[in-house]
Amino acid sequence: MKNSAITIKHLKKIYAGGFQALKNISLDVPKGAFFGLLGPNGAGKSTIIGILCSLINKTAGSVEIYGHDIDKDWSEAKKNLGIVPQEFNFNIFEPCLQIITNQAGYYGVPYPVAKQRAEHLLKELGLWDKRYTPSGKLSGGMKRRLMIARALVHQPKILILDEPTAGVDISLRRSMWTFLEKQNKNGLTIILTTHYLEEAEQLCETIAIIDKGIIIENMNKVDLLKKMKCETFILTTEADCIGLPQIDNASLIKNNDGDIEVVVNDALSITKLISDLEKQNIIVKRIQNKSSRLEELFVRMVES
Amino acid sequence: MKVQWIGFLTLMRKEVVRVFRIWPQTLLPSVMTTTLYFVIFGNFMGAKMGQLEGFKYIDFIIPGLIMMAVITTSYSNVSATFFSAKFQRNIDELLVSPMKNHTILLGHLSGGIIRGCLVGILVMAVSLFFTDIHVHNFSLIIITMFMTSLLFSLGGFLNGLYANKFDDISIIPTFILTPLTYLGGVFYSVNLLPDFWRTISLFNPILYIVNIFRFSVLGISDISIITASLYMFVTVVVLWAICLTLLNRGFGIRS
Repeated sequence: MKNSAITIKHLKKIYAGGFQALKNISLDVPKGAFFGLLGPNGAGKSTIIGILCSLINKTAGSVEIYGHDIDKDWSEAKKNLGIVPQEFNFNIFEPCLQIITNQAGYYGVPYPVAKQRAEHLLKELGLWDKRYTPSGKLSGGMKRRLMIARALVHQPKILILDEPTAGVDISLRRSMWTFLEKQNKNGLTIILTTHYLEEAEQLCETIAIIDKGIIIENMNKVDLLKKMKCETFILTTEADCIGLPQIDNASLIKNNDGDIEVVVNDALSITKLISDLEKQNIIVKRIQNKSSRLEELFVRMVES
Repeated sequence: MKVQWIGFLTLMRKEVVRVFRIWPQTLLPSVMTTTLYFVIFGNFMGAKMGQLEGFKYIDFIIPGLIMMAVITTSYSNVSATFFSAKFQRNIDELLVSPMKNHTILLGHLSGGIIRGCLVGILVMAVSLFFTDIHVHNFSLIIITMFMTSLLFSLGGFLNGLYANKFDDISIIPTFILTPLTYLGGVFYSVNLLPDFWRTISLFNPILYIVNIFRFSVLGISDISIITASLYMFVTVVVLWAICLTLLNRGFGIRS
């Protein structure tokens, strides 16, 4: 399709041992999208990514990247991809600058241009001071940023991030989000797999959920969240309440911290819930989601 | 085409930078070992051994020792760098790129060839401290050194492809390559052997290489130079085809 960055049709993968990782998957990632690919461990996310970047051979089906078939026109297809893998895979003795310029060279970028781009990216990602440091001596967060710089140096149209913020502290994670959002606004299509569903909820506009090798959901994030029939909140009350009232379309329990955990059906508004509690002399001081909305929906979908 | 050419140059530059960055590990050991051979077998013992095939013993063994250095260096360079890239998974940097498999293969071989030839030249330079080197055919010296380093770089690449652990890249050099080199006519002429052992020796591929190089330096050989050259050329072609086929199948590197 003309507006597709990636088109996957009837993709199957059976590994040598007979394990079927992907069962006839079809997926379309629009150009310019920030696309989330979510699923539990072993669901098939990394297999899809592996096939896209040709590290894994598919068993059946077809994949097109910016209109280029990965079997017939793989060289052109690959030029459009930048990959940030899950595991660090640098030569630990190579300095950062060399890693980036080499990667550019593998994509046909001449050395002087590669050096300029590497300087720009390393500066933007806060790694310029470490340009001569061997990658093995970098901290975990620096290695993550170096992987992003390496994936972007040949200026791909699609960036695939396989759990890019695993093991990264919260402030660095947020700065990486800002960087990625900026890249996306500049037209880069981003495919993100992550275990931090808060991350997917914050960044992605389209989300596909995969489980046991099958896509169980694939839609706009807003529409996906509308599918939530109920949501869980934690209410902190002014005074410790002894008994819990019965409220229609809600079920209340007291958690170990003395707060009230309430599962609210979508037929009941939060305003109505709070006013009903007030009528029972329970004054709500604070209210918060138990987990991110996407996380709650994800757990329900995968468990069902 | 441009992508392939720049990709190849990048891989070659990466290899050259590595060789010079850690030169005490990559260039010195072979020079050191061969110098010891020159001193012990050439000077101390060789002085008492008289002539072999019309040459001083040290002159006779120098071509074989140069080839021994080229063989072990080019083999170990490619097997180690390729396996290390596999082990650290930074081989993925190449596999996800638009570089074709023959470019990836050529890039890795370039490292082995450059290091092998550099060590060969260094060993040759050191040998000048012990004797005056005769040059029978300079072009053949260059061609043989290049083809030998290419052949054993291909062997090292094949070893790297099959290797699953670091032990796997030391087994072949230790138990196959070194014995074959020692028994490949480096220190003696196979014409001195009884017929049975001479016939057995003809199955040793290194014998052919040592003899071509000895011919290019001294102008003498135990076997026909045409046969030896053909043998070397055919082996290079076969090994190239095997390596490329395995790479195309993703053997040992793709799931």
